[in-house]
Amino acid sequence: MSAIVEINLPLPVLPEGWAGEKDFKPVGSLSKTNDRKIEPVGPHFLAYARRVRHKRTFSEDERIQAQANVKSVEEEDPDDIDEPEDPQMLLREAKDWKSQDHYAILGITRYRWKATPEQIKRAHRRKVLKHHPDKRAAAGGTEDDQFFKCIQKAHEVLSDPVRRRQFDSVDEAAEVDPPSKKDTQKGNFYKLWGKVFEAEGRFSTKQPVPKLGNAKSTKEEVENFYNFWYNFDSWRSFEYLDEDVPDDGESRDQKRHVERKNNAARKKKKTEDTARLRHLVDDALALDERIKLFRQAEHAEKNKRRFAKEAEQKRLAEEAAKAKEEEARLAKEAEEAEKAQKLEGKKAKEAAKNAAKKNKRVVRGAVKDANYFHASGNAPASQVDAALNDVDAIIAKIDNSELATLAGKLNNEKDAGKIKEIFKAEDERLGLGSKSLA
Amino acid sequence: MSAQADPAQRVAIGISFGNSYSSIAFTSSEGKAEVIANEDGDRQIPSILSYVEGEELHGGQAKSQLVRNAKNTVAYFRDFLGQDFKSIDPTPAHQSAHPVESANTVAFKIRDSEAEEENTVTVSEITARHLRRLRQSASDYLGKDVNAAVVTVPTNFSDAQKDALKSAAKDAGLEVLQFISEPTAAVLAYDARPDAKLTDKIIVVADLGGTRSDVTVIASRGGIYTILAAVHDFDVSGSKLDQVLIDYFAKEFIKKHKSAGDPRENDRSMAKLKLECESVKKSLSIGQSANFSVESLAGGVDFTATINRTRYDLLGNKLFGAFTRLVSHAVEKADLDPLDISEIILAGGNSHTPKVASAVANAFPESTTVLAPSTSPTAINPSELAVRGAAIQASLIQEFEADDIEQSLHPMVTVTPHLSTAVGVLLISGDESNGIFHAIVDAETPLPVRRTATISTPREGGDVLIKLVEGARHIKVTKPEPKPKAEKADDDDEDSDDDDSEDEDEELREKTWKIGAPIAEAALRGVTKGAKVEVQINIQPDLSVTALFREVGGKGGVRGQVQGKAANGSA
Repeated sequence: MSAIVEINLPLPVLPEGWAGEKDFKPVGSLSKTNDRKIEPVGPHFLAYARRVRHKRTFSEDERIQAQANVKSVEEEDPDDIDEPEDPQMLLREAKDWKSQDHYAILGITRYRWKATPEQIKRAHRRKVLKHHPDKRAAAGGTEDDQFFKCIQKAHEVLSDPVRRRQFDSVDEAAEVDPPSKKDTQKGNFYKLWGKVFEAEGRFSTKQPVPKLGNAKSTKEEVENFYNFWYNFDSWRSFEYLDEDVPDDGESRDQKRHVERKNNAARKKKKTEDTARLRHLVDDALALDERIKLFRQAEHAEKNKRRFAKEAEQKRLAEEAAKAKEEEARLAKEAEEAEKAQKLEGKKAKEAAKNAAKKNKRVVRGAVKDANYFHASGNAPASQVDAALNDVDAIIAKIDNSELATLAGKLNNEKDAGKIKEIFKAEDERLGLGSKSLA
Repeated sequence: MSAQADPAQRVAIGISFGNSYSSIAFTSSEGKAEVIANEDGDRQIPSILSYVEGEELHGGQAKSQLVRNAKNTVAYFRDFLGQDFKSIDPTPAHQSAHPVESANTVAFKIRDSEAEEENTVTVSEITARHLRRLRQSASDYLGKDVNAAVVTVPTNFSDAQKDALKSAAKDAGLEVLQFISEPTAAVLAYDARPDAKLTDKIIVVADLGGTRSDVTVIASRGGIYTILAAVHDFDVSGSKLDQVLIDYFAKEFIKKHKSAGDPRENDRSMAKLKLECESVKKSLSIGQSANFSVESLAGGVDFTATINRTRYDLLGNKLFGAFTRLVSHAVEKADLDPLDISEIILAGGNSHTPKVASAVANAFPESTTVLAPSTSPTAINPSELAVRGAAIQASLIQEFEADDIEQSLHPMVTVTPHLSTAVGVLLISGDESNGIFHAIVDAETPLPVRRTATISTPREGGDVLIKLVEGARHIKVTKPEPKPKAEKADDDDEDSDDDDSEDEDEELREKTWKIGAPIAEAALRGVTKGAKVEVQINIQPDLSVTALFREVGGKGGVRGQVQGKAANGSA
């Protein structure tokens, strides 16, 4: 925060009789504030944002930041821890340098093949400072410089990239043995095998090496991983284990013989190593749950597709059957309706016939009521005959509905004149010109 | 994008993308911002792209194409970005490719390939190409692939414009970590200097750019900046200064070579004039006089002339005055008095002009520091202020996740209550009428805030009263002795008016405090002789005040809290 405000004018003297609870007396409160947007810029804003977002007060934030700063200082130089030295190791002879663990000599077993050249350099320097023969002598020790020579040898090997690779190739301490089947079945397949593959990955000429991943890895990642390991391109070589070639120029044949032997041994070891790795990947693949899951998923997918296909077929068949049924039902219904209609028609005809009969009767009756259109008295037979004939002609001419209206008009009509008029009108309408009505 | 979003892979720079010039800067491992020069050695890279037979020219090379190849040269396009055609002002692009409307956006019809026909290139595409070139220059300089940037924009850049710029940057392979406003970047550039002291101050950033001028009033409180007011003027600009020189030299030319005609009426002559006038303007910022020399200015006539600084100052007087008024207007808009302003930072290339600085300095009291190359030897190059600020911000946030940055920029975080009055203590006397107020927390300080002050005690020690009060800033105006004025008034009536105005100028203005409402009282008993008292105030956004009073080096002390009123707190 900003610098402390320095105020050089003196504070007032406490007036007599001033009192407050714990010497503090709140009097008022602050006036309103304006909401403004602060500019999200600069280190102080970042501190502010940190406080707001984590809901920290000033002092909390200071404390946390101080801690964080201390931590980062420590991490900056993590190398400087000194690994404990095995007293047995200190007694080593330099001539046995081939069998010595160079990383242990330099005290960087925690890095091994991951150690950077910088780390190796620093570790060497640290060891030289500690084990230089002069220092030993000064400390009252013997002038034995064997371990110092071991250190120099280790540095010589590790600082040369080619020789370091040769040593790394046979660095047993860096190997991670594949876990037993039993161990992996306890559910820590990824953890245990992950370490194995990480260790084996150091021999890959192709970097970075894909990771084993975890149970959530995609099929593609897993396939990619195993493809990588089945096509593994290794730089591992076994020159380091060569038998020493005699260099005395005495016996050239002997020398060649040893060289040949060495070459053969290297090749054999390399083949063995390739086979070993292949075997290792096979084992991992066999134990990998994901492969099974993917296969199952694939199977399930296939089944699902098949089921879907079958279901589709079934649905189609069902639909066809349904359609057929529906058709039959419709035909039947139509038939029945036709039958009913026929029956109905018959009845109606009958009824119409009856009605027509009745109407005819009414009309004929009306003629009789009108005294066969005779003026007065009993109508002569001829008149009766003519009138009935004419009426019959009318009836024959008109259809049922007209007959019904005519009957309606004549019904309840007792007046002979009117009846005659009705008939006359009908006759005129039809244009028969019946004589009896004239 | 995933590779870019990984904060560990980020190489971030600061970009200041202006209408006329852009610059790029990065923060070195020592925490110092350094402006990167492009392949041509320019630190101010003209924001211009030019196409010659399918070849893309950028920066200074493109600028020289304005004369010969104006149609295929795109310049001054920053303000067109993210706007629709109706709302842009195409005036600055008169001497280059003209903007045309195309599918709701602004575009340029240029021949950017070897083919004969013209292509319509949208302004966002042009911006992307420009940013790609800037990124390339930065990558070449740093030897690392630059993939992120903090970009400065004017305070009135809309969200649409920012979005357009962001997507253009994405096309250019740059992740925009944050947009920061140009004036705050300028303040940050000054505050990031190792010898800078953090004080509470009010700063005016006056940016006289190539095509516009922006004046912003910023309250800096413990390193946190709040913009109090901003004004923009598109009529006061460096190009107008160029225009003044153009007119001057054109008239001189006509005077000497009547037959050659007015060079302003010919596009090519005009472009030549403009380029030369800009360089004349730049040389006048350094030397007392400058040479103007153009071969074949108009009608095949070469023209050489000399101009001295006084002439230039006279020619540009109107504009300098307008700029000064703009600065004063911004201060007024923020409801402040010139006396409140502690610093004026002059930014923008035209601030190199000594007259700009002196004109602004004259309008403000002596207590105001003007930071410009001509007034202060320690001033940072005004053209580089924004980009330096951006580079500093880029180095601060480059290792944060994109999400983290976005959350920190959210209004939930950035909007906060600001004190409307100062809070301080009463000195000498506890009585409000006699005491002298001294502020501990200034007005416009964002909350929460924590401040500490050490205060002297009476000579003999003993019990002291500490009274926290609010204080309002008050400008005390004292008129000088009225006597000479009366004498003059007798002489002439007409003169008296002038005298009045002169006298007003001579008024004595002082910044004083008006003591406001008391907040709390506390007693500290038995203070040793000559000791000092430390006061720490902590004000929360809900306006509750926690105060701690103790003798410096002493134990215990008095602690108390004043609850904030809920009604006040939310207001």
